[in-house]
Amino acid sequence: MKIIGVPRRRVDGRAKVTGQTKFADDLMLPRMVHCKLLRSTLPHARIVGIDVSRALAHPGVYLALTGRDFPIPYGILPVSQDEHALAVDRVRFVGDPVAAVIARDELTAFEALDLIDVEYEPLRTFSSPDDSLAYDEPRIHDYGDAGNIHKIVSLKFGDVDQALAVSDHVFDDIFFYQGNTHLPIEQHAAVAAKDPDGKLVLWSSTQTPHYVHRALAKALAMPAAHIRVIATPNGGGFGGKSDPFNHEVVVSRAALLLDRPVKICLTREEVFYCHRGRHPVLMRFRTGVKRDGTITGMHVQTVLDGGAYGSYGVASTFYTGALQTVTYHIPTYHFQGCRVFTNKPPCGPKRGHGTPQSRFGQEIQLDKIAERLSLDPATLRLRIVEQPDTLTANYLRVGTIGLAECIRRVTAAADWASTFRKLPYGHGVGIACSSYLSGAGLPIYYNDMPHSGVQLKLDRSGGVTAFCGATEIGQGSDDVLVGCVAEVLGIDPIDIRAVTGDTDLTPVDLGSYSSRVTLMMGNAAIQAAERARDLLADAVSKKLSVPKDRLVFADRRVFDTENPSTGVTFAEAVCLAETMFGTLGTAGSYTPPRSAAKFKGGGVGPSPTYSYSAAIVEVEVDASTGWIHVPRVWIAHDIGRSLNPTLVRGQVEGSVYMALGEALMEEQVFRRLPPKLSHALVHKFPSMLEYKSPTTLDMPEVMTELVENPDPRGPFGAKEVGQGPLLPVMPAVANAVYDAIGVRIDEVPITPEKIVKALAAKAAGKAPRYGPAKFPDIAWPEALEVPPPWEGGDGRAVNSARGSSKSEVRSQGVAS
Amino acid sequence: MAFAPYKTLLEVLREDLNLCGTKHGCELGECGACAVLLDGQPVLSCLVLGVDCDGRRVTTVEGLVTDGRLHPLQETFADLGAAQCGYCTPGFLVTAKALLDEHASPTRDQIREALSGCLCRCTGYQQIFEAVEAAIANPQSVRNPQSVRNPQSVRNPQSIRNPQSAIRNAREAL
Repeated sequence: MKIIGVPRRRVDGRAKVTGQTKFADDLMLPRMVHCKLLRSTLPHARIVGIDVSRALAHPGVYLALTGRDFPIPYGILPVSQDEHALAVDRVRFVGDPVAAVIARDELTAFEALDLIDVEYEPLRTFSSPDDSLAYDEPRIHDYGDAGNIHKIVSLKFGDVDQALAVSDHVFDDIFFYQGNTHLPIEQHAAVAAKDPDGKLVLWSSTQTPHYVHRALAKALAMPAAHIRVIATPNGGGFGGKSDPFNHEVVVSRAALLLDRPVKICLTREEVFYCHRGRHPVLMRFRTGVKRDGTITGMHVQTVLDGGAYGSYGVASTFYTGALQTVTYHIPTYHFQGCRVFTNKPPCGPKRGHGTPQSRFGQEIQLDKIAERLSLDPATLRLRIVEQPDTLTANYLRVGTIGLAECIRRVTAAADWASTFRKLPYGHGVGIACSSYLSGAGLPIYYNDMPHSGVQLKLDRSGGVTAFCGATEIGQGSDDVLVGCVAEVLGIDPIDIRAVTGDTDLTPVDLGSYSSRVTLMMGNAAIQAAERARDLLADAVSKKLSVPKDRLVFADRRVFDTENPSTGVTFAEAVCLAETMFGTLGTAGSYTPPRSAAKFKGGGVGPSPTYSYSAAIVEVEVDASTGWIHVPRVWIAHDIGRSLNPTLVRGQVEGSVYMALGEALMEEQVFRRLPPKLSHALVHKFPSMLEYKSPTTLDMPEVMTELVENPDPRGPFGAKEVGQGPLLPVMPAVANAVYDAIGVRIDEVPITPEKIVKALAAKAAGKAPRYGPAKFPDIAWPEALEVPPPWEGGDGRAVNSARGSSKSEVRSQGVAS
Repeated sequence: MAFAPYKTLLEVLREDLNLCGTKHGCELGECGACAVLLDGQPVLSCLVLGVDCDGRRVTTVEGLVTDGRLHPLQETFADLGAAQCGYCTPGFLVTAKALLDEHASPTRDQIREALSGCLCRCTGYQQIFEAVEAAIANPQSVRNPQSVRNPQSVRNPQSIRNPQSAIRNAREAL
């Protein structure tokens, strides 16, 4: 391998360091005008009337739009078509857009927003899941499983109650994971224009141009073939640019109406309102174990605070219960999840989508189990790691598993045996593990078409153009595309141009979410490149009279492996093939294997393969102030094979960084304004200054180990790396805090205040812990019963549970 | 040149001069994405009025390229993964340049301190620190065209798998 596995500059590296990467807000078009959105000042209200006449009269204003201009709803999931580009008759959170102004410049548009008069009739505010579970009326949406419950599910794989009854120990713990947001440095921006033949073009900082394409066609009632969506490189995504957004729909309609390019760039405050970030999740884990630590059964319950719209929430709900079994062997498993609507910015997919919350609970509980059983927590995990080539209790097909090796590597690197429970008071280490999808096994809307397509155009100059709908969000997807093609064709990455994320020019790729791009696009790219190589080999074989199977493609040449001096340049090979076959182009595509799960809800969790991570975090805790310092993190990631180690390391370290932010400081939280004001439920600090995220001064040293055991389903054996390495870090911090000072912090963020409170509780003789005390009583629906494979199950439910939902869930195979 | 007197330096650069290399993440002085050098000192261009820059020297990311050659920091940032999405990168680059212009060989702690006003959500900063250190270690590292064809020549691949040794090497080279 010349390219794969070799650290190298990413193909778009030069553009990024010269400031020439064109992000959406860098686009300046002739006659372009600017859009601003008026947002709701109340968390929940009926719109009695909107008057835009004064805004329209303001000099420089060209257009004002309201909900009446957008009667057709849309949403990312087919089952949650609950958004309008501008509110039609109801606002559901502070920040919900109600009107738009398009003006000659941004300042004029801002000024005109003040001239729009909106009359509201306030409705009850639902500020927490407790509110939403307590009151069915008024409903935030007129759909969902009941009252203000968006989604409630219960899935049972074997008799967990029986398993717990005969266990040596049963652990019952409650955890809370606070919500947080993506905080990409680039604010969302979009530019729409009517092209010369009257069709719509939208440039947008989106991770999912294909889904935006579909949403625009629906919301604007236009043929999709008359819409072109171009995903500009994203200035960070992390899941936050995966939904079709109201501002994209608004500027599209405005551009069509005005026949002028229309730009919008959100303010930082507005980005906090777009959100779609980590759901706050309250969870309960009941786990039965034998004396040796093996798990007999697990019962997981989760309550998700979904915010005001559906977004990916149905999938998020299932994800809080999907991957527990992929990491460790769990013979009986029961999952109950409930997502409620509240009057806050909608939650959705953030890096790890729905799985970091329950991973946090599961890994802390394992630490508690290890301590009670007097087992080393690393040893315990090694004992219960899921077996390779397994069908889990919930019918996820697991292939290669490098988790045991990950655990061995981090424990060796961190000198675990001589540090765990051996460091002085205030100084500790903690371990945790995780697993993640390498791409959702099912598309968001049900279909049997490929998930990723790649087309190659071969040029007689020796250049190759690779076309793919995948979106460059900073993770390096263009580099993966080019690297795979270059490797197969034996040319240099610099010889290849990547054209990506353009619905007119590129074959569909579902988007940069669920860690799917490397595996799916990579496989499609290899297939397209192998087909091109085959054509070239036919022509060269004939020309040189050398059997095809003796031809090697390397160093920009095609030559006889037995006689390397006999050969042609790559450009000559293309000319020979073009002469023989005519204009050259090939295509490749990738469709994931069929899921083994045949039950309703089984669409969330399947993946072609899973990545694994193990992390050890070292902490220093000041017991008097609660101040936590993280000097070092060791992390090992089972990546299958590292395509470009420079980028892989960046994904691992970036995951650790983002995880530490979630573990120690980041929180998307809300407060009520004083009653003498509006008493509205507002974001506590929609600014980068007050929404704390780690700086260069906070970031510890990270020691990364890559475990490379090529997976047969991955391109050159590669699995995902963008999300998995985030998952083990938060629980490892919590476990390290316990090792340091002997108190459990059963929620994130783990702040000095919580540590001081936990230490005070311990000193007062109470439970040495800070965290939620109780889990709400929820009227769970009858469980869908699916016998696990080892009980003769075939992946189907044996009952037809009532009330699981009216909604179809087979198609929600999605993650951030 | 002429521009509206209320405009920030950031707006003048992006909107009046079409120098879009300088980015914005908050326009409130919180994220560091809009950093530029004003008479060699890093400033947040969203907090500086354009009219205050009369007669002063403004250096943006576009100004780091000399005679078509990238600045050593740009080379090492590109080679070593210090730019992922690339959105915060211009701010980091000019801030790091100001540091290196003032200190020939800053320590890791000095680098952390100097860059602490710039937020990056992608990298976890470590590859940024390493790129700054690599630029110190080899200020002449402006890359020759050969290295485009032979990426390994830029740097020993082993060192990327083992950041500690890379940093050690960089420090020893000082």
